[in-house]
Amino acid sequence: MANTGFDIANARARCRKFRRRILDVSQTVGALHIAPSFSCLELVDTAYNGLMKRTGNPDTSDTFLLSKGHGSPALYCVLEELGIIPRTYLENICKPGWPLATHPDYGTPGIEASTGSLGHGLGLAVGMGYADKMSGHQRDIYVVMSDGELMEGSVWEAFMTAPSFGVTRIVALVDLNDFQSLGQTSKILPNFYPMLDKLRAFGWEAVEVDGHDPQAIYEAVRARSGKKPFVLLGRTTKGKGVSYMENVPVWHYRAPNAEEYKIAIKEVEGCGP
Amino acid sequence: MRNSFANAFYELAKSDKRIYLVVADITAAAGVASFQKESPERFLNVGVAEQMMIGMCAGLALRGNIPFAYTIATFTIYRPFEQVRVDCCYQNLPVKLVGVGGGVNYSTLGGTHHAQEDVAIMSAIPNMTVLAPCDPAEAALMTKASVEKVPGPVYLRLGKAGEPDLTSKAPEPFVFGKPRLIKPGSGTCVLTYGVITKMALDLAAKIEQAEGGQVATYSVHTLKPLDRETLAGVLRRFERVMVVEEHSPQGGLGMQVKALAFESGVKCRLHTFSLQDEFIHVYGSHGDLLKAHGLHPDLMYERLKK
Repeated sequence: MANTGFDIANARARCRKFRRRILDVSQTVGALHIAPSFSCLELVDTAYNGLMKRTGNPDTSDTFLLSKGHGSPALYCVLEELGIIPRTYLENICKPGWPLATHPDYGTPGIEASTGSLGHGLGLAVGMGYADKMSGHQRDIYVVMSDGELMEGSVWEAFMTAPSFGVTRIVALVDLNDFQSLGQTSKILPNFYPMLDKLRAFGWEAVEVDGHDPQAIYEAVRARSGKKPFVLLGRTTKGKGVSYMENVPVWHYRAPNAEEYKIAIKEVEGCGP
Repeated sequence: MRNSFANAFYELAKSDKRIYLVVADITAAAGVASFQKESPERFLNVGVAEQMMIGMCAGLALRGNIPFAYTIATFTIYRPFEQVRVDCCYQNLPVKLVGVGGGVNYSTLGGTHHAQEDVAIMSAIPNMTVLAPCDPAEAALMTKASVEKVPGPVYLRLGKAGEPDLTSKAPEPFVFGKPRLIKPGSGTCVLTYGVITKMALDLAAKIEQAEGGQVATYSVHTLKPLDRETLAGVLRRFERVMVVEEHSPQGGLGMQVKALAFESGVKCRLHTFSLQDEFIHVYGSHGDLLKAHGLHPDLMYERLKK
């Protein structure tokens, strides 16, 4: 059972707040993946606040893996909002004696696997899903992935294996922003597309929606048949919400200076339809 | 060793439902066949997909299970190296990685199938335990120990098939983590591990024949964590110590014993015999390949005398 009463207006308000929070944090550390966090924010928030079963007990809750570990600021904001990590964690990110790095670290509250090297999360999910099938645990495993990550061969081993082993309770949410560190995916690797057909051919139920539209994400995942593992391609914009960051590769990793910060804060207030 | 691993695994898995075997299209012997027949849901062949094999194991372990990954050593640890390092070791999960044919056991298959640097590479990863039994009986004991004594990831370096018994008359019992005296002696001592232990014993016999006396021999089956205290004691007690290993000269036992000798300030003579820092393009028996790199009792003895 997923959470009921997923309020779309609230979801949008949360994501605006999270964008502000990430920009604030960016002023205290040099290296934060802002643009990749902004592009997956609605996917992560909708998973936690709309779709996932959360009981407070990991044994009976759904699992969340941020396979695109560099989007961790998005995850940290959600965990903070839910009270799973204290505010002091994010305020002291990347500082000695504090637990948060720019990639999630297994053992930190709310973090269920160490990620950051792309192409690992889905394989872990297949193993976890198979174990759940054996033990009879009724839970889904949400995996947020990047589109660049889909270039890793290990991901395709996992895509092939999950349905072959009857592991159906995976919900992969792909942040399809069409950008990677050095440029635009459709130009660097044209045969990356079409992606939906590839995923379906591998035995997954696959849909594509606007990845910044919480309602579309929520409804598409809720409408899945459950007979096959499920993948949602969320069309997104890297750096969503800040005009000068959107689809500009340098913002994969750069933090705004004081002037840029002011502009960004103003723009994210108006972010979202 | 394959067989004794398979039988030991079968016994472990029979009574512990947390134990899985994940293979990448290679499997072992009768014990595993029985396991596969009786517990097909815990025998997973992911196909020729080693990254998936390790990812699957790590995912199973994250849910509280104890998975074994099993294939030829090069494919257990080299192809999916980052899954080994990040998924298993960084997260400190109880995944047991079994490498068949460690060293250059697959002598006719060429360098693609030789794991001649495995001990160095696996030992370099934090949280990893590295085990290399010398004969089938030790392989069975170490399989058991990998579950019962080690809460984290393990690399278990095995031979193939047909290795002789070397330990049934050993003066010391197997103790996990502790170098095991398998042949008593004084004055001269050989430290070794894995399949090449048979040759190390042949070298000991050759020395005895030529010089008289008794040459002690240790199976240093637990390579990480290395029992430095016992080894320092050996270096202090014996006048001449040799290390014989089927491994590249970098980062294996020989280099570690040399460092230990320096740190302990011992005065013994120390000789290390290993594979060369070269790929092997010689094809033939396992013995032929080792000989091409100077690992043969006669060749080692000649070098001792120089």
